[in-house]
Amino acid sequence: MAERAEHTPMDGVEKDQPIVICDEVHVEYRTLSTGKRITPGSATGILQRGGRKLQTVHALKGVSFVARANESIGIIGTNGSGKSTLMRTITGLTPPSRGAVYAKSRPNLLGVGAALMSDLSGSRNIILGGLAMGLTREEIESKYDEIVEFTGLREFIDMPMRTYSSGMSARLKFGIATAAQHEILIVDEALSVGDRDFQKRSEARIREIREAAGTVFLVSHSMRSIRDTCNRTIWIEKGVLRADGDTKDVVKEYEKHK
Amino acid sequence: MSKSSELAEEYGLARVGARPSLPSYLKQVWERRDFTLSLARYRIQSENERNRLGMAWVLLRPIFSACVYGLVFGFILAGSRPPNFVSFVVIGVFLLEFFNSSMNGGSKAIISNSSLVQSLPFPRMVLPLAKVLECLLNFMPTLLLMVAITTFNGARPNLQWLLFIPLIVLFTIFNTGVALIFARLTVHFRDLSQFIPFVSRMIFYTSGVFFDPSRILKNFPEWEPVYNWHPLHNVLSIARGILLPDYDIPWHFWGQFAIWAVVILVIGVVFFWKAEERYGRES
Repeated sequence: MAERAEHTPMDGVEKDQPIVICDEVHVEYRTLSTGKRITPGSATGILQRGGRKLQTVHALKGVSFVARANESIGIIGTNGSGKSTLMRTITGLTPPSRGAVYAKSRPNLLGVGAALMSDLSGSRNIILGGLAMGLTREEIESKYDEIVEFTGLREFIDMPMRTYSSGMSARLKFGIATAAQHEILIVDEALSVGDRDFQKRSEARIREIREAAGTVFLVSHSMRSIRDTCNRTIWIEKGVLRADGDTKDVVKEYEKHK
Repeated sequence: MSKSSELAEEYGLARVGARPSLPSYLKQVWERRDFTLSLARYRIQSENERNRLGMAWVLLRPIFSACVYGLVFGFILAGSRPPNFVSFVVIGVFLLEFFNSSMNGGSKAIISNSSLVQSLPFPRMVLPLAKVLECLLNFMPTLLLMVAITTFNGARPNLQWLLFIPLIVLFTIFNTGVALIFARLTVHFRDLSQFIPFVSRMIFYTSGVFFDPSRILKNFPEWEPVYNWHPLHNVLSIARGILLPDYDIPWHFWGQFAIWAVVILVIGVVFFWKAEERYGRES
């Protein structure tokens, strides 16, 4: 995997330049096994921390790959195989327990939804979501109309988000999240939302981003969207990298396995 | 050094999620000030959307608790009520509300926002800071109400009242430090968030919200110098000295509380920043 392009100056993105490198990434989660925070009298728990059952989940077991400029990489695998953990590790949200991730810029996860507040209107949420992704107020204002246009929610934009249908709020989230210029973009199953028309628009949007600069990671269970948008696919199973290569071959192998 | 890290170095890729140095971390936090402010303002709005009386609850809550404490302890203390009892209790309850909401909110700032922490990259310090800012914004109208009530009970506005500005600044600094410390502690010790109500009650009853501690301390003179370092007691005494004609401003408390504020803030910032990489994982 270490074949190198001609040495290039640091600025300017060259084709085949590595953008993201995962080096033997391990992730272990520690959680309380009950998943409950309190039982009566557990206030004493702080004095005997070792006494509570801490469970370790080994979500990623040494994943390595190099992603290059202008690649669009599909991530596939069964539920709980570690796909989302891998994506969160690439963005630096879940730090690896061992190994390291290197990236040209901080990758962006299409996960703006967590920043939004359901009691507030769509327009307030566009501002809040934009700020949460690191846009400045001016940038948001200049993109505001474009976002509203893309989501097609113009007449509902002043209503609280809790009144939106799930498809409507998914459109809003996607619209906000893709408003920023991304060098590295991670899309976690966002393409399966919305009606046919919106799916087309979001796929086009992703292709745009890819052409503009970047590397796109697409996590999905839909082999159709993987085939349509990705030129390379990585298959993860139980935290281990099972296959990495041309989308056609990997998807075929994955479907045979199922 | 593996092959990958050499490759990364050759192309100028940086390690993702590495904790930045303290100065550049604080710079990042500062760059996110718009986000911090919007988070605080929108939270208040969204909180108020849920109740019919909306913003009025910001005032009603401390009024009700002042009524409860005032009535109960007004009776219990009957003979030994401090002078100007209504204003005395109102100042105590309202100021403590700012502290308690900051400490409580700070302790939940990370753990109750784990989905946000796991899906967007930004300096995590934004969350407790936004919480304290939210508490400060909620505190402003209660401050006005407090001034109105004390005026109604005989206090007269004068230039000294301007001293409230530095007091609130110091108080906010102190609360920020406390919020940052608890924001990290609860990440490591989940159960602590259950313990915090007791801590705040302890602080509430020891800081002299509805009694004058000096009266009790007369019997234990050797403890007085120790007790006089109680930060919340400092704040309340200064506030009463400023607002109420029957009380003097204890000037030496200013220096003490300023030390408290700065020390707690520095400890809070460093302590919180040290664990920046871990907030996404231990949840």
